[in-house]
Amino acid sequence: MYVAVKGGETAIANAHRLLADRRRGDRTLPGLAIEQIIAQLGLAVDRVMAEASLYDRSLAALAVKQSRGDMIEAIFLLRAYRTTLPRFGSSVPIETGAMRVERRVSATYKDLPGGQLLGPTFDYTHRLLDPSLLDDGAIDAPATRDDAGEAVMRVSDILDGEGLIEPDGQMPQDHVPGDITREPMEFPMPRDLRLQALARGDEGFLLALGYSTQRGYGRTHPFVGEIRMGLVSVEFDVAELGFSVSLGEIRVTECQMVNQFKGSAKAPPQFTRGYGLVFGQSERKAMAMSLVDRALRTEEFGEDVVAPAQDEEFVISHCDNVQATGFVEHLKLPHYVDFQAELDLVRRMRAKHAEGRTAESDHQEAAE
Amino acid sequence: MSAAFAHDSNTHDPRKRVIDLLARCSRDELEAAMVTLEQIPSYLRLRGPETGLVIVKGRIGGGGSPFNLGETTVSRAAIHLEDGRVGHGFRLGTDRRAAELSAVFDALWQAETERSFVEQTLLLPAERKQALETDALARETAATKVDFFTMVRGED
Repeated sequence: MYVAVKGGETAIANAHRLLADRRRGDRTLPGLAIEQIIAQLGLAVDRVMAEASLYDRSLAALAVKQSRGDMIEAIFLLRAYRTTLPRFGSSVPIETGAMRVERRVSATYKDLPGGQLLGPTFDYTHRLLDPSLLDDGAIDAPATRDDAGEAVMRVSDILDGEGLIEPDGQMPQDHVPGDITREPMEFPMPRDLRLQALARGDEGFLLALGYSTQRGYGRTHPFVGEIRMGLVSVEFDVAELGFSVSLGEIRVTECQMVNQFKGSAKAPPQFTRGYGLVFGQSERKAMAMSLVDRALRTEEFGEDVVAPAQDEEFVISHCDNVQATGFVEHLKLPHYVDFQAELDLVRRMRAKHAEGRTAESDHQEAAE
Repeated sequence: MSAAFAHDSNTHDPRKRVIDLLARCSRDELEAAMVTLEQIPSYLRLRGPETGLVIVKGRIGGGGSPFNLGETTVSRAAIHLEDGRVGHGFRLGTDRRAAELSAVFDALWQAETERSFVEQTLLLPAERKQALETDALARETAATKVDFFTMVRGED
């Protein structure tokens, strides 16, 4: 029997009105402008864009404001918005080698072409709360130095020259890049699709999985070959014009993880690689993604899948925080009828149990 | 890599520079330029202005096979002027008005009579601004470059 239950419209309307009030908070304080969120909470905006898989700083900032800073709620809002828009097409692949670099570090080479460029990093800060930020004091302008104009060469290209490292990943010749937003997930999943899923995957989940590989659950002996962050042009082919146009620039973070060797009877040992690429400035996510990408290549290298981070169905099926929150949070919605059925079932089981015990004790008495 | 080279060889059309630069002009700059025109051009809409999505591709390992990284919002417009010149405007984001204004200026640029106006009012300033921004970013980043030095220690 299914019984539809209606009601609660007024309660819901008033709850949403209360939410709007609580979101705004103290009316004597100025409201947050979207521009302020973009400018001063930029990394929150970046995370929302990355995990919503939609690059738009203004809309992501709006989502942060509307969600009261609840990141997964903001990601959900932006994901929902993207479903309202038509798809014009796909870009020419971005050229991270031609990036206008804002940060670039390598843990494997000290003196590499282009140098170690720290950029705006939290690294080497003392992680002490700064009371000066309690006031809105003046902030120094950045220091500047003449740029030597040296090309910031990709580390993988340096190692590649000697054949010490596996080349950039190639899919089979006629492979068309898959799109997880258009096709149902199937396993085994090719690497291009896995990377798309990881790029929008939850930062915390991927961080924990990456960490687990370091702690021995699928060890890969990683080194950060390179992390780079900066601006790349998005080129879009326009059929009517016969050439591609630049739509503008987006900020991305890329991580080249270099992992321990693999060789075969045919090929001499060489370093293997994991790759991370993320919208916005998000080094932790790019690093975690590259660790997990490498871990998910376990079978490709003929190794045994023994750890969670190596299990692609487990990782890919659970890395999307919008799906995860939807399924976890749906538990709080009314399950009155389901639960009624369970109650009924447990009552019958208990009755049977009691009957059984009575019968058993009767039997025992009779035997005695 | 071959796909990327195919595109590079594709980019000799001078209009690529025009459309690329117009995408970097702010809506305010475009509106201001429109106001300073002697005569506001009349045009018909061919497509849009409309906002949609473009899926951004990356490459595995940075230079390998393409994969879909995620989407970006894009606004675009196509218009034609009364004399038949067709203009295209594109930009990241949801500003449809700016995309349409870009399309109008792309169309205007195609005739000698209006080209210098578009160059002087929008394109050259946009190029200068872009160069300044690129330089400032490079100089700020360069200031954070690590200069390693070696300390000699132990026996002399």
